[in-house]
Amino acid sequence: MSHGCLFFWGNRIHRRIRPDAEQNSDTLKCQERTMSVPAGKKLKLPLPSDDRRWRLVGATMRRHGYRPSALIETLHTVQESFGYVDNDALRFVANGLHVPLSRAYGVATFYHFFSFKPPGKHTCAICLGTACYIKGGPDNLKALEEAFDVQAGETTADGQLSLLTARCLGACGLAPAAVFDGEMVGRLDRMEIQQRVERLLNDDARRT
Amino acid sequence: MTPEELDEIATIERETTHQFQHRVSVCVGTGCHSAHSEEVKTALEKEVSRQGLENWCQVKGVGCRGLCASGPMVEVDTAARLYQGVTPEDAVEIVETLDTGSVPRLECPTDLPFFTRQTKIVLEHAGRIDPERIEDYIVMGGYTALLKTLTEMTPAEVIEQITTSGLRGRGGGGYPTGLKWRTVAIAAGTQKYIICNGDEGDPGAFMDRSILESDPHRILEGMAIAAYAVGADEGYVYVRAEYPLAIKRLRAAIIQAERNGLLGKNIFGTPFSFHVEIRLGAGAFVCGEETALIASIEGRRGTPRPRPPYPAEFGLWGCPTLINNVETIANIVPIVRNGGAWFAEIGTENSKGTKVFALTGRVNHTGLIEVPMGITLREIVFDIGGGIPDGRKFKAVQTGGPSGGCIPEEYLDMTVDYASLAQVGSIMGSGGMIIMDETSNMVDVARYFMEFCMTESCGKCIPCRVGTVQMHELLCRIAAGQATPHDLELLEELCDLVKQTSLCGLGQSSPNPVLSTLRYFRNEYMDQLAAKPGE
Repeated sequence: MSHGCLFFWGNRIHRRIRPDAEQNSDTLKCQERTMSVPAGKKLKLPLPSDDRRWRLVGATMRRHGYRPSALIETLHTVQESFGYVDNDALRFVANGLHVPLSRAYGVATFYHFFSFKPPGKHTCAICLGTACYIKGGPDNLKALEEAFDVQAGETTADGQLSLLTARCLGACGLAPAAVFDGEMVGRLDRMEIQQRVERLLNDDARRT
Repeated sequence: MTPEELDEIATIERETTHQFQHRVSVCVGTGCHSAHSEEVKTALEKEVSRQGLENWCQVKGVGCRGLCASGPMVEVDTAARLYQGVTPEDAVEIVETLDTGSVPRLECPTDLPFFTRQTKIVLEHAGRIDPERIEDYIVMGGYTALLKTLTEMTPAEVIEQITTSGLRGRGGGGYPTGLKWRTVAIAAGTQKYIICNGDEGDPGAFMDRSILESDPHRILEGMAIAAYAVGADEGYVYVRAEYPLAIKRLRAAIIQAERNGLLGKNIFGTPFSFHVEIRLGAGAFVCGEETALIASIEGRRGTPRPRPPYPAEFGLWGCPTLINNVETIANIVPIVRNGGAWFAEIGTENSKGTKVFALTGRVNHTGLIEVPMGITLREIVFDIGGGIPDGRKFKAVQTGGPSGGCIPEEYLDMTVDYASLAQVGSIMGSGGMIIMDETSNMVDVARYFMEFCMTESCGKCIPCRVGTVQMHELLCRIAAGQATPHDLELLEELCDLVKQTSLCGLGQSSPNPVLSTLRYFRNEYMDQLAAKPGE
């Protein structure tokens, strides 16, 4: 079997590549660096809606002088404020920073940190770093997938729970670890992780 | 800030600390933080104020003590008593016994090899200072190295010291730091940049996170010294977004340093100015590669580009750029303070100084350790790490993450330095050290790392993008018992191809876990083949 043939098979992640025209263009780079709004001059950027969170996004762009290089920083603000990045947000950010929509989309899809689906009400992120992996992380993941009928990276049908996996949370000393709604817990086994997620979901039920 | 003012801050802080009879330090690093050390700290503070002892006992949060598995750790007075696994309920007992003795039930022996066998240079302040207070850093002699650099040394002299020290890049490559600095310093251009690479993507490694969380000012001071040496006035710290605590502390540290005139314009009244900004990673392992990292800071997709030109000549926005790893930068301050010759005495002929490792996996004492180069793997695993739990047998130690390899038992007496690790098919890497026992399946380990490389491949060059997918598929087939000897041959052929032809380090080193497990644990692969050779 020739290698050429192998390469053809592996094309399933081909979409990730695209010609990087700007990569070698120094002139464009210089323009990007200097293309900013002079201090004191107000830039009117229509917000997509009355939602106050758009102002946070606008503030991040303003802080960086609307430079195209602030794309990732701004997407971070979108992700943090809204929980995900949608088309409206992409258009707003691309507009504000004067980058082509295609580039904003390219960047947002390249980095794992940005998600395009709204998260569930609760999240459970299971660490699958090496230390967690050899100490039972995959087992924990399987337990949750079975118990709550949800695949890793997906949200349950009722929108209550998002099950995520993490590359390494850096809590290797506590392996296997997971993060429940922002709270990190270590040394988990199948039983405990299931109970913890149930507790997360039940706490709401009791309150309502 | 003038030198006198720096002195004054240190003196005031020293006097304030001396007023207290006792000092209770609670570890607030990520490990202990997840074990709810903040609650322990609050409980201790409450108990101290309930008994009206605020002027007698000081409660403070400190950085990582290293022994993360036993958290939360609490230290009473400096090194007098160390408690492990403390809960908020223990606060009363701890405060009551401050004068009279200790709480034996919580005591953690301080004479463990875990503590005594380490040499702390990078982590010298970790567990001793409050990372959120600049005064704590200044009282330990902080920012005096920067003062010395700016007032007594020329840039060339600083580079000379770094070259003499023999320091090599701690991010994995092991490139001589002094040489890198010199290249940037002599590169043409008036605008130059410094980047501190804190995109610690290796699964199983958390050294940089701990350094940033425990001693953020050390990084800022190191960066400022580097900036002075190479002639830069702007710096970026690129940190993973997955490390919120490190980002928070670093942000606070930058504000404090700016407020005190230790960053910003005309530092210490000299013409030298230096600004630092934080850039967050967004979950792409490939951004640890320097050209990809630069692309990411510029707000683009983090894809690497061919080198040369190296970033030292053509980096951020086309300007000469110095990129150093967090741990490398953390070594700068002690080198400037004590001289390059002092540093060169530690370690081995070709690997100077110490290395921080994140010791994890199937080992008794998991946590963060700093050891001199040249120590043996056996000392790390069995003395410092306390051996393998549950009476199991040691099988392999994995270093270097997805770019490294698995080292079997027969090489346990090998010394840890750049050259010997490379010789046995692994690399020093950024410092993750994962111990595996007899229950670990090496084919599965190789498959795990290949899956990692496959998903993290940026897609720019074909050998990496396609090769990793194919290698992963072959490994899955082997693991599932469906592979033939021919598949194994194909796997080896592909490993060689991807190694030789990939664009950046991610692709070039992605076959390493497979190659090293094939080299030392070939029988495991053979056992899992569907048809044996010759059948």
